[in-house]
Amino acid sequence: MIRNFAVLLLLLGLAGIFIHLMQGYIPATELNQSAHYYAAHSAEDLGAANIVTAIIVTYRGLDTLGEVTVLFLAATIIGMVLANGHKAQRSLQRQLPPSGELLTTASRLLTPLILLFGAYVFVNGHLTPGGGFQGGAILASAALLLLLTDPLKRFSHRLIAVVESLSGLLFIAIGVLGMVLAGGFLDSRILPTGAFGTLFSAGSIPLIYSLIGLKVGAEFTSMLNNLAETEKS
Amino acid sequence: MMDWIAMTTGFILILMGLYGALTHRNILRIIVSFTLANTGVNLVLVSVGYMLGRTAPILDKAVPMAEAVTRIIDPLPQALVLTAIVIGLGITAMMLTYAYKLYEAKGSLDIASYRELKW
Amino acid sequence: MNTLLLVIALLLAAAMLGAAWVSIRVHRVATAMLAAGLVSLFASVMFLLLAAPDVAMTEAAIGSGLTTFLFFFVLGRVRGGRDD
Repeated sequence: MIRNFAVLLLLLGLAGIFIHLMQGYIPATELNQSAHYYAAHSAEDLGAANIVTAIIVTYRGLDTLGEVTVLFLAATIIGMVLANGHKAQRSLQRQLPPSGELLTTASRLLTPLILLFGAYVFVNGHLTPGGGFQGGAILASAALLLLLTDPLKRFSHRLIAVVESLSGLLFIAIGVLGMVLAGGFLDSRILPTGAFGTLFSAGSIPLIYSLIGLKVGAEFTSMLNNLAETEKS
Repeated sequence: MMDWIAMTTGFILILMGLYGALTHRNILRIIVSFTLANTGVNLVLVSVGYMLGRTAPILDKAVPMAEAVTRIIDPLPQALVLTAIVIGLGITAMMLTYAYKLYEAKGSLDIASYRELKW
Repeated sequence: MNTLLLVIALLLAAAMLGAAWVSIRVHRVATAMLAAGLVSLFASVMFLLLAAPDVAMTEAAIGSGLTTFLFFFVLGRVRGGRDD
């Protein structure tokens, strides 16, 4: 009873703070300084039509590198926590009933299309909404479809690790190249800016975002794979 | 007006999520409540960047480069929330992994049956 | 046009709060997980109305897609864990 009362008191206090915040909120009518800079300069300097992409990949590229690292750490910890024990049970896998004809055929038809769509989303990240994180999640959802079709299917750990570490290394290599050839770490102007609004434009932004997409897709797939491997026999 | 609606919804979602996380006893239910609060925080952050009568920060024929400053909304909160959503999935997956490990150790997901750290 | 968007936003807000309420109060864990995924789905439409298509895409793919599946993966493993 006392516990519930304390919870209620805490939530009421928080609600008071939120109401106070909302009363003090005045909707902005023009962009603040940093947003003004991004809006005015990202198209000219970097050639990216999608300003959110320009911010994520170039202006705040270091944040993105840190974020991808956090995601990598989370995937590694999941693999480590779930690792011990399941090797011994591998031999006595139970026989599952076969999944239906409809699901099998549809997944065979859809998996390449889903992979293609994911690649499209992260290659066009600097022109249209979307980018590496969304594309990576779409790639992982293709893996999810395969897992749903055949719950005992396993993806090669080696392939996932190679894709993941290779794209991470290339990401950092491009960042260091930016330090050598252009203004600083992760500067995207190491390649020509190109014509505004075309696929091969915006310097190295599409390249970096594709690498992020592959890395994120590999990390999500390894999370799903590790969780699927806990299947008891 | 739209930002007020979204902001209020986000704040109420945060409160509901915290209420669920503090009152439930099943670990999976606690994690579900945390994802609700997570969605609420993202909604509040995006609604702060919204401006009436402006459009998304993507330049094309409809929003030429020269008019960008007066036509688009603040892109910075969107970039932040985008990363927050991805990290949110990583955190949720980690919490679920630990919940599974706890279940493996004790065969129960009720937090009342974990007394090792209680005094 | 503008009032139509406002009405849609109000409906979405009501649907999100309703789904969140279901997710907190319902007895079965599976229903709670589905309702949380529904909240994420409505939130992604709300992000679209707030002129944030990038965030809307991320929320739809990650927040409501992968998260719900992760929940069900784990729920399938711990079947027999007591519902409360």
